[in-house]
Amino acid sequence: MQPFIHLSGVRKVYRSGGAEHLAISDATFDVMPGELLCLVGPSGCGKSTLLKILAGLHAHDGGEVRIGSAEHAFDPSRDVGMVFQAPLLLKWRRILDNVLLPAEILGLPMAAARERARDLLALVGLGGSEHKYPYELSGGMQQRAAIARALLHDPKLVLMDEPFGALDALTREKMNLELLRIWKEAGKTIVFVTHGISEAVFLGTRVVVMTAGPARMADNFAIDLPHPRTLDLKTHARFGEYTRRIYRLLGME
Amino acid sequence: MSDKLQRFTLAVLAHVALVAAWYLFVRLGDVPKFVMPSPGATLNALLEPNYDWWTNVRVTGTEIFGGYFLALGAGVGLALVFTWSKALEAFFMPLLVSLNMIPKVALGPLIIVWFKYGVFPNTLMAFSICVFPILLTTARGLREIEPELLDLVRSLRGSRWQLFSKVQLPGALPYIFSGMKVAAILAVAGAIVGEFLGSDKGLGYLMLQVQVTLDTPAMFMAVVLITLLGMLLYGIVLILERLLVVKDARLD
Repeated sequence: MQPFIHLSGVRKVYRSGGAEHLAISDATFDVMPGELLCLVGPSGCGKSTLLKILAGLHAHDGGEVRIGSAEHAFDPSRDVGMVFQAPLLLKWRRILDNVLLPAEILGLPMAAARERARDLLALVGLGGSEHKYPYELSGGMQQRAAIARALLHDPKLVLMDEPFGALDALTREKMNLELLRIWKEAGKTIVFVTHGISEAVFLGTRVVVMTAGPARMADNFAIDLPHPRTLDLKTHARFGEYTRRIYRLLGME
Repeated sequence: MSDKLQRFTLAVLAHVALVAAWYLFVRLGDVPKFVMPSPGATLNALLEPNYDWWTNVRVTGTEIFGGYFLALGAGVGLALVFTWSKALEAFFMPLLVSLNMIPKVALGPLIIVWFKYGVFPNTLMAFSICVFPILLTTARGLREIEPELLDLVRSLRGSRWQLFSKVQLPGALPYIFSGMKVAAILAVAGAIVGEFLGSDKGLGYLMLQVQVTLDTPAMFMAVVLITLLGMLLYGIVLILERLLVVKDARLD
C-alpha cells in the first residue's frame, strides 16, 4: 500500500529582519491511510508548523510533501479538517450551525450537510445539544463539537493541534478514549500534535518525535499495542518502554 | 425569573423614591419655585402653549437621531473600508485618532460660521461627537479575530468575503454595540450644545429662552424631555443588541 502522506527532507525557515530561524529541518516520514500519527515534542520544535504545512497554510522551503495516493486522491481544499487547542466555536451560532460552517464555506448541499451534522454530533456524544449555544457547554463538550465540525465535509485527513491541551487531566483521558472511538468509526487519517508523551503513545499507531533547538526530527516508530485501547494499557510494560524511549530522546532521563 | 422581577421592581422603586425625595425637599424646605419647582409644577409647564413643546421635541429629536444614525453609517462604513484596505487604515487611522482628540464642542462656533444655525448644523454637532467612538470600536472589533479561526477558514480555502461575513462581522457586533451605547449618550449632549450655541428651535433653545424669564419649571421639563429622548435612543440600541447579539458575546 502506498503512503497517504509522504514527507521527505522537509525544511522550513522563518525569516525576520535578516535573521533566519530554522523551524523544521529534515522531516522525513510516511503516514499510511487510516493511521493515527502523533507528532510529539516540546514547544518550539516545529510540530505546529509542520501541521500547517500539511494543511496547506504554510509553504515549505525544501524537501518534498506529497499527500494522497493513487487509491486515495487528495483535494487540499476539501480533504482537510482541523481541530485546535481552543474549540474556536462561533459564539453567536448554535452548535449545529457551528458544525455546519465548513459546508457553508465549501458550498455543499445544506440539507444533506445538516443531516450529517446531526449524525456527527451524535457520534461525538453531543446528540441533543444541537440547539445550544457554545457558552452552554463545558470545555470538553465544546471540543467535541469542534471535532464534529472538522469531520463535517468528510475530509480524508484530520489535523489536530494539541486539541486536549486546555482540558483538565480527567477530561483529557476521557477525550482520548473518545477520539480513538471516533477515529475507528470515521476511518480517517489523523495527524495529532501533542506535547503529552503518554498521550502520544496511547493514541498513536505511530509516533514521530521532534526536538527543539535546533528543531529536527529525532525518531519515528510504530506503536505496537493492541486495539481497541483502554486505560489499562498504560500499565502495560511495552507502554512504559515507548514512553521511556521518548523521554530519553527529549533528554529528560 | 423571580430574580429578574425583583431587580425590575427595585429599579422602579429607586426612580419613584427619587421623585418622592424631590417632592418632599421642595415641599418641606419651602424652596421657591424659581430655584427648584416641585414635580407637579414641572409637569404643569407642559400646559404652556407658547413653549410649543411638541415642535421643540421633534426638532431636538431629529438632531439627535439624525446625527446618531449618520454617525453609525459613517463610523461602521469607514471601519469596514479599513478592514478591506490595510493601506487606507495605516494612513487614516492615526489621523482619526488625532482628530478624535479635538473637543468636538469647540467646533460649534465654526459649524455655525459654515452652516448658519438650525437643525442641520446641530445634527452635524451630534454626528461629530458620536462618530469616533463608533468608528474606533468597530475597527477594533473587526481586528479581533483569533488567528487560528483564520487558519480554519483558510484550510477550507474560504474567500475573503466568507471570512468577513461569517466570522469577522458577526464577531465585531458586540464591539459595534458597545460603541453605539457610548455614542447614544454623546449624541444627546452634542445636539443640545449645538442648540445652546445657535438655534431658533429645539429644547436647548427653549431652555435659553425661559432662563431669561426665570421659568425654572419649564427648564426642568426641558431637561426631563431631553433625558427621555436620550433614553429612547439608548433603549432602541439595547433592544437591537438583544436581538442581534447572543447573550454570551455581549460586552457589558
